[in-house]
Amino acid sequence: MALPNSDQMAAIAVTRFGLGARPSELELAKSDPKGWLKAQLTRGPADQPPGQLPTSAERFVAYRDAQQARQAAQRAQGGVTAQPKGRPATPMPGQPMATVQAAVSVADATGLQDEFIARAQLAANSAAPFRERWVLFWANHFTVSATKGAARPLVGPFEREVIRPSAFGRFENMAVLSSSHPAMLLYLDQAQSIGPYSMRAAQAERARLRNPNAPKPGLNENLAREIMELHTVGVDGGYTQADVTEFARAMTGWSVGNAMDGDQVGKFVYRAVSHEPGARTIMGKRYPDTGGTQALTVIRDLAAHPATARHIARKVATHFVSDEPSPALVSKLERSFVASRGDLAQLAAALIDADEAWAPAPTKFKTPYDFLISAHRALGVAPLRPGQIVQPLNQMGQQAFSPPSPKGWSEDAATWAAPDALIKRLSWSQGFASQVSGGPREPMKVAMDALGSRLSAPTGAAITSAESREEALTILFMSPEFQRR
Amino acid sequence: MTRSIDLTRRGALAAGVSIAFFGGGARAATGDKKLVVFIQRGGADGLSVSPPIGDPNYHSLRGEIAIPDSDVLKLDNDFALHPKLTAIHALAMNGEARIAPAVAIPNNQRSHFEAQDVLESGVTVVYGSTSGWLNRTLGTMAGRKIEGMSIGAHAPLILRGPVQAASWSPGQTARGDRLPMILTDLYHNDALLSRAFASGLETAAMATMAGATMTAAPARAAAAQGGGANVQAKQLGGSIAGFMNQPGGPQIVAVSIDGWDTHANQGATDGALAGRLAYLDAVVDGLQKGLAGEWRNTVCIVATEFGRTAKINGTRGTDHGNASTALVLGGGLKRGGIIGDWPTLASNKLNQGRDLAATLDVRALFKGVLREHLGVETRLLNETVFPDSAAVAPVTGLV
Repeated sequence: MALPNSDQMAAIAVTRFGLGARPSELELAKSDPKGWLKAQLTRGPADQPPGQLPTSAERFVAYRDAQQARQAAQRAQGGVTAQPKGRPATPMPGQPMATVQAAVSVADATGLQDEFIARAQLAANSAAPFRERWVLFWANHFTVSATKGAARPLVGPFEREVIRPSAFGRFENMAVLSSSHPAMLLYLDQAQSIGPYSMRAAQAERARLRNPNAPKPGLNENLAREIMELHTVGVDGGYTQADVTEFARAMTGWSVGNAMDGDQVGKFVYRAVSHEPGARTIMGKRYPDTGGTQALTVIRDLAAHPATARHIARKVATHFVSDEPSPALVSKLERSFVASRGDLAQLAAALIDADEAWAPAPTKFKTPYDFLISAHRALGVAPLRPGQIVQPLNQMGQQAFSPPSPKGWSEDAATWAAPDALIKRLSWSQGFASQVSGGPREPMKVAMDALGSRLSAPTGAAITSAESREEALTILFMSPEFQRR
Repeated sequence: MTRSIDLTRRGALAAGVSIAFFGGGARAATGDKKLVVFIQRGGADGLSVSPPIGDPNYHSLRGEIAIPDSDVLKLDNDFALHPKLTAIHALAMNGEARIAPAVAIPNNQRSHFEAQDVLESGVTVVYGSTSGWLNRTLGTMAGRKIEGMSIGAHAPLILRGPVQAASWSPGQTARGDRLPMILTDLYHNDALLSRAFASGLETAAMATMAGATMTAAPARAAAAQGGGANVQAKQLGGSIAGFMNQPGGPQIVAVSIDGWDTHANQGATDGALAGRLAYLDAVVDGLQKGLAGEWRNTVCIVATEFGRTAKINGTRGTDHGNASTALVLGGGLKRGGIIGDWPTLASNKLNQGRDLAATLDVRALFKGVLREHLGVETRLLNETVFPDSAAVAPVTGLV
């Protein structure tokens, strides 16, 4: 397969691999587009968002304290509001102000908005946009979502503590970090899973003899299933329902520290009393009972399974290149993953080296986040307040840190290029264009800097003949080539 | 707002795109039959949607998440509805709602995503079709100018396919007239964008005419908010009705409601699942009241990708199971009992020893509604809408 010329390759590098060009970025990429991308790979951690953000344990404690304060305020007022956890209060007529304030601070304590704006600013300003896209890909692969109340304050820290440090290391390491992080343990209900024959279950049985209404704790297989189905071997990876249940048994005891755990509060804890005793058999292999490390061994084996290499290769190709990636590309990535034993920096390099990744026609339709970030980058600006990015994302159907399921956000154009979503993109573009149209560059220059040789003649003509700078910029943002990457 | 309608239409016309949306004569052949399909994403717990109060094993299997007998809304001595489904219960008392308590997709998938794929694609092979069965239903009515629409910012598989379906969600719309025209021109050779954009403009114009509420209210965020959420849910139902009441408005609508994956702390009369049911009930209520006289021409189906385990799990929730409850609602329903048989919750009747077993293929229910309500020919149902499904006989006696 012949590669496009260097102008075309630079335009592909900054849009398909990157996050959309900032002013003068194309110039930097032009002389050696592949080299420009490879220079962004690292042996160390990926970039962290700006500012000093709290750790997940700190977020966990702050959120818990805010909830307790709210409950205390409600008790003191002698009333109970119907306000659910973590949502901003709507002051109702006659509602005591102390209750309202307590509920507001519960919402603040999730830190979601702070986390999200910091992340968006990093993406908008980054001079290593491929590195950031690589992070975003893995954050979506190991999805945690603020749709689950208990996990809400930990979604931002998860990305900072799991994904960014390990995005260029071994896949196995990322899988272990993800599976044992409090955000994931809470999001997929692992924290409360109890072995049916564990000491903890026996205690609960005795309590139930005294009080039949006492809780009857037991196994939860949610995380075990999603590790197999989504994170590692994939749904065709050759496991059965029995394997899922066995894996869930092996993982019992993996939990999150609470107030009784002293300085472990909000951190990973292993509770031996909750662990299901005994050896487990998963996908044909026997795992002796080594307590807390039993599941660790399972996760390492799953990460090294050939089906995982195939699954990851297909997902990387789908994210970066095409909703229907070519088998040749998938197979190249799979071979890299196997040969390097899941080295993610090498996998990224294999993607850059694959000719199939440089096909001139863009087939990937930008997700709303990609679209908003790339529009900011085209103007060389970053969002300042959370609302500037959170609200349009709500409208376009990609709520901040809130993918609808453990599968994460969809990748395909068929999902995002819905009629209503295009109208929402147009509406936002009009508003954004009117804010940024006072910038120093003419719209045509903005378009050339953003798209390079990907700018089409019809789009160029429409921008040139626009009635106003606002209109010209809106046309740029809504053009077929800007909507794709 | 009226201004943008004219402009929008002019914009589309300028680019040579004809708009059938407002064509008054277009509906003559269709009758006024309307269909709304609600998809509960996440695996809704049918045993809580319609508690089998007459089944001797229900309370023992369910423990603290069983809906107390004192709270349920009784249908008869064997089945009830969840206490939050008050509007749907009122419909049932009027013969306008029935339950199918043990339906499932044809193959027993335990993955949400595979199961939703089968539910929406209408084929039995996972990822076996890129079009959805509602879209293919529209295709069978090609001569009848019938419109489909999904509610929400994304396009759900059930309505994806060769026929362009509209989509709508509450929120901002475009300003002015020039940009829609310029972009329509710019998308001229772009199959994906031209189709979607034209549809989006038509719907934006219709939203104004329909008086659809423009309040931005992401369903999920709204759903988390107790009472206020249900006001918004009711408005959403009313907005959907507003579209459907327009001349040339959509007659087939798909609505996704997520948040049914109750692995932990699912609650009983109140709690997480109850909140979702209250939301669903409010959307249905808003829709039914909004449709007013057209309700008698409307059938709604509420279905999910799978039910949940029969027994409460260790975290006061339930895990992925097999059969669940589907609801069939509508002003023109025939009275009747449950749709399909009840397999019971006896331990030797459970699927793989853990789930409510299926007695009815969900395609049989869908086919029955399409056959009796929309008049889709049996041959097309068997071959096109649900390929290779001749062995799955449509449910009869619904409408």
